[in-house]
Amino acid sequence: MAKNTLSSRFRKLDIDEFDENKFVDDHDEAVDNQGPDGTEIENLIRIGDTMTAFHLALRNPPLNTKNPAVKERALAIVLRVLTSFKSSDIEPAVKSLDRSGVDLLMKYIYRGFEKPSDNSSAILLQWHEKAFAVGGLGSIVRVLTARKTV
Amino acid sequence: MAYHSFLLEPISCHSWNKDRTQIALCPNNHDVHIYKKDGTKWIKIHELKEHNGQVTGIDWAPESNRIVTCGTDRNAYVWSLKGEVWKPTLVILRINRAARCVSWSPKENKFAVGSGSRLISICYFEQENDWWVCKHIKKPIRSTVLSLDWHPNNVLLAAGSCDFKCRVFSAYIKEVEEKPGPTVWGSKMPFGEVLFESGPSGVSGGAGDGAGGGWVHGVCFSHSGNRLAWTSHDSTVAIAEGGKTSTISSLSSETLPLLCVSFITENSLVAAGHDCYPVLFVYDGTKGSVTFGGKLDVPKQTSQRGISARERFQNLDRRATSSETTEQGLESLHKNSISQISVLEGGKSKCSTFCTTGMDGGMEWSHGTSRYTHTHTTHTV
Repeated sequence: MAKNTLSSRFRKLDIDEFDENKFVDDHDEAVDNQGPDGTEIENLIRIGDTMTAFHLALRNPPLNTKNPAVKERALAIVLRVLTSFKSSDIEPAVKSLDRSGVDLLMKYIYRGFEKPSDNSSAILLQWHEKAFAVGGLGSIVRVLTARKTV
Repeated sequence: MAYHSFLLEPISCHSWNKDRTQIALCPNNHDVHIYKKDGTKWIKIHELKEHNGQVTGIDWAPESNRIVTCGTDRNAYVWSLKGEVWKPTLVILRINRAARCVSWSPKENKFAVGSGSRLISICYFEQENDWWVCKHIKKPIRSTVLSLDWHPNNVLLAAGSCDFKCRVFSAYIKEVEEKPGPTVWGSKMPFGEVLFESGPSGVSGGAGDGAGGGWVHGVCFSHSGNRLAWTSHDSTVAIAEGGKTSTISSLSSETLPLLCVSFITENSLVAAGHDCYPVLFVYDGTKGSVTFGGKLDVPKQTSQRGISARERFQNLDRRATSSETTEQGLESLHKNSISQISVLEGGKSKCSTFCTTGMDGGMEWSHGTSRYTHTHTTHTV
């Protein structure tokens, strides 16, 4: 056998890194949303105004940032709001969103599915059902194809 | 509305001749078959065998009666009818990946081929050498070109690509044509110039983060060439108007992604895709909005029968819901994704009949434009 078949170090090389025509994502981090404000939302949940907390939580999504900590924080806040909802309140909350709001909600729901905790899956499934009824398959396709994730 | 099943395999691509009596299609192999309409039946009259790979694009030039085909073997052939036989002429595209789509220009003196080599080949016939030559448009395309459509002025070309953008290029070839006059898309049109680019770098209007989310599957200029529509893999359809390209109107739909689109009047489009039925979209230029106009494939109304208690429990077991709407099978005529739409009669300004082919090997054609603009079938989500 030839000598060059003995070493397999070449397998650790990512040759796409050396391709001149490699697709580099031109993402600008310029306008960076820091995610929702945690303390204000906590207060609203405590007094029972889940609807306002919900709308606040969905504002300023950290779509552009590459910082995972910001995204984790935003996700935790949104999940806190979603799990604090009563089942009967979910539908009017979803109906109060516009098309891009429903898409954003779907993104958060799927992110929430990734790390299930005690009760989160059950309530998230209810959110998913209501959001799907409004957004349809298109909203799920947009979660899958989105270049800017939550 | 009528449906004809040609094969059990997907129809990769199709094209009609000028008087719509013959259709050339690729039955998911290396050949092109030409069928002729005989009453209500379709008879295969020719088999064009030359490609070494799947034929991915066919276009039949109506005036000069030439067919151009392109395939995954990185070649394109121009076929001319000599007597009773179609004779091919090879066109060297100088690409190192598969060709994906091909389109004759309106004056039929050149054609464009989109390929996986991240470029578009514009081919024209050079009289002195009796040979087809091609020029490449490379920048700034970053990925496979999926779809092409020519502007009526024979110079501008819209291209949808896997790099999530829809662009308008100039394909001006000084050897075969005069310098074009200015259009709403711009006035300086040297070869390869980008006159429009959609996506995050272009300003997006409409819903949410707008265009730029998915591969652009289908593009189409309107009849006048002033409007450009494209469908994208993130289930959106968008329209841009030349001259007002700072506002792109887009609609995020609730359906699966649409693969092909065509204008049928200056204000309305028909599109189809993975949902297996054609849909109508209506564009309002003054408001800059695209709205869903209804499904164009009205299913047979099955008689409403009551649902028995047993079926209710079976549904609950199987689907976690005891609802009565049983979507057992697809109600649409096509049973699989629709990959291509072609306008049969009326052109893009007053289309009265269009045809769709897809992965189920069948072809559907639909008549009657008036219902497209006036009636709206209710769309239940």
